[in-house]
Amino acid sequence: MNFEEYAAKPILAAAGIAVPVSQLARTLDEAANAAAAIGSVVIKAQVPTGKRGKAGGIQLADTPDQARRHAETIIGMEIGGHVVEKVLVEAKSDIAYEYYAAILNDPASKGPMLMFSTEGGMDIEEIAAATPEKLRTLAIDIRRGLTLDQATPLIDGLDLNGANDAVAAVLLKLYDAYRTNDAELLEINPLIQTTAGEIVALDCKFVMDDSAIKRQAELVAHGTPDRLTPLEQKGEDNVIKYIELDGNVAVLANGAGLTMTTMDVIRHHGGAPANFCEIGGEAYTKGKVALEMVLEKPGVKSLVVNFCGAFARCDVMMDGLLNAWEELQPDLPVFFSIAGTGDQEAIRMLRDRLQMQPYANMDAASKAAVEAANGGTGA
Amino acid sequence: MRILRKHHRVLIQGITGKQGTFWTERMQQYGTQVVGGVNPKKAGTLHCNVPVYATAVEAMQAGNGFESSIMFIPPLAVKDAAVDAIEAGAKNICILTEHIPVQDVMYVMAMAAERGTMITGPNTAGSVTVGECFQGFMPAFNERIFKRGRIGVMSRSGSLGTLMCQNIVSAGFGQSAFIGIGGDPIIGTTTRDALEALDQFENTDAVVLVGEIGGAMEEDAAEYAASMVKPLFAFIAGGAAPAGKKMGHAGAIVMGDKGTYASKKKALESAGVHVLDTPSQVGDDLRQTLG
Repeated sequence: MNFEEYAAKPILAAAGIAVPVSQLARTLDEAANAAAAIGSVVIKAQVPTGKRGKAGGIQLADTPDQARRHAETIIGMEIGGHVVEKVLVEAKSDIAYEYYAAILNDPASKGPMLMFSTEGGMDIEEIAAATPEKLRTLAIDIRRGLTLDQATPLIDGLDLNGANDAVAAVLLKLYDAYRTNDAELLEINPLIQTTAGEIVALDCKFVMDDSAIKRQAELVAHGTPDRLTPLEQKGEDNVIKYIELDGNVAVLANGAGLTMTTMDVIRHHGGAPANFCEIGGEAYTKGKVALEMVLEKPGVKSLVVNFCGAFARCDVMMDGLLNAWEELQPDLPVFFSIAGTGDQEAIRMLRDRLQMQPYANMDAASKAAVEAANGGTGA
Repeated sequence: MRILRKHHRVLIQGITGKQGTFWTERMQQYGTQVVGGVNPKKAGTLHCNVPVYATAVEAMQAGNGFESSIMFIPPLAVKDAAVDAIEAGAKNICILTEHIPVQDVMYVMAMAAERGTMITGPNTAGSVTVGECFQGFMPAFNERIFKRGRIGVMSRSGSLGTLMCQNIVSAGFGQSAFIGIGGDPIIGTTTRDALEALDQFENTDAVVLVGEIGGAMEEDAAEYAASMVKPLFAFIAGGAAPAGKKMGHAGAIVMGDKGTYASKKKALESAGVHVLDTPSQVGDDLRQTLG
């Protein structure tokens, strides 16, 4: 789950990292009033995407009037496909130097990775490419956490303008915030040194681990939910992973890998998948809702049902699906491929209740579905 | 990683639950040597004809010990259960659970690495040593899917791995072992580890890799693949998936130009691996190479 700047900075502040004074504004009046209270400010578009500055979504304002005018331009602006609905009105900082600091979950070391560079303000990919010698990384043992004994040597030898101790202290606090909030990425870019010598987090990117949602209920309320289509929302409400796509061959399968592969095979045979819809895992008994969603997508011309039972049993999935099919009686050509746990029972049900046979494999079923969608008989 | 063998003594953590019971019975029928289970509330009882202990540590002390533990444990309880198993001295742990907080997983990985415990998973459907034993919720006993033979298979996805195994059997071949490594971004046994185990495994003539988009495991494994003794065939799922979306598995996500189908295919092909367009091709390709 993503957290926008206004929701991410409070977790840094709670860990003791300095952030500029700010107020969130949804209207021009709120923006002007915030500027009147704060003084010289930066108006920053709040959207769950990067490159806000380049898009014109970050502007300086010295007066409430200027703040109002900038807010007028920025609110309603589209950045990276997101319409700006709110701005952060933040006290302007006197920047002397810009650094970069982040902690992320690293699949290679299978633990937290701390990254720090004296070259802040750019994307980490650019920093790594342009000045690799100024990028320091440290794999952390999560059982022991990050200590001063590790943070101090990590940044030793970097030109930090006398702020080494202060920066090391910020890194420890950043690690605390990362741990407390189940972050998968917590990034301060830029981490600035002000002309007065203070170390301040000027921006913050926070992505929370979706698997921690259950134990971070309070925090989740401040996150930005993924933008979902109405059908995708219906899937989420029913704990079924559904992703809407552009094609006309619907997919209903169990397991993430098998569902993805069904899409791939449809494409391989010249078709276009209409959706990803997975009813494996905990959702394997939800055939009915899954079928409803698949059918509700406009423009769907055929359906591939691909079951390969392991944990999910084919007969349980088939029973749910056939109940739904008999109730909804859809006028849609459907092509089955069935294998794995409970396959023989599922094939018997299909024969008894729909008078149909499965295809020999997913290629054959997918190919027939593509032909049906393209106007052929598919038989 | 170590491939599970029938002489391995296995502990089932979470044995008394619905899934734990169902799959323990099947594992026992197939040949897995289950020596005990764990559930603190039912310690002292028998379940699936084996003693139930309060902890893995107690199971290790009370019985004749065990080498491997398999977990049917809910996400937020996995960390404590895994710590228990590692402290008990388990050599191998198979974690089936999906949606475990990643920081909990990293904790378990750090401890396991220090103690020399091998972890498979999380978010794996398990593994099958065909004709010998299995762990997890794999349809090992379905003869149209698993038949003793000479192909080693590894997969990030349980369902897709199962399908690949079925294709191998329907093409007239069989498997020596199947290793499910799991769909999470941070897992114990990696693609490379599984390839290495299968390349060294007895009675194995060729290896099939079932990967998917997201992460860099296939790219990392490609380096090793070039040095493998046995021929390697690969299928990568997710070529038709849109970028920026988690495709069911937490690890299956393309970020910018990272973790793409094209990158994985290129890395594997550069290492001389034959990459299949669809899983159904596996039979023809095996026949061409193995005759």
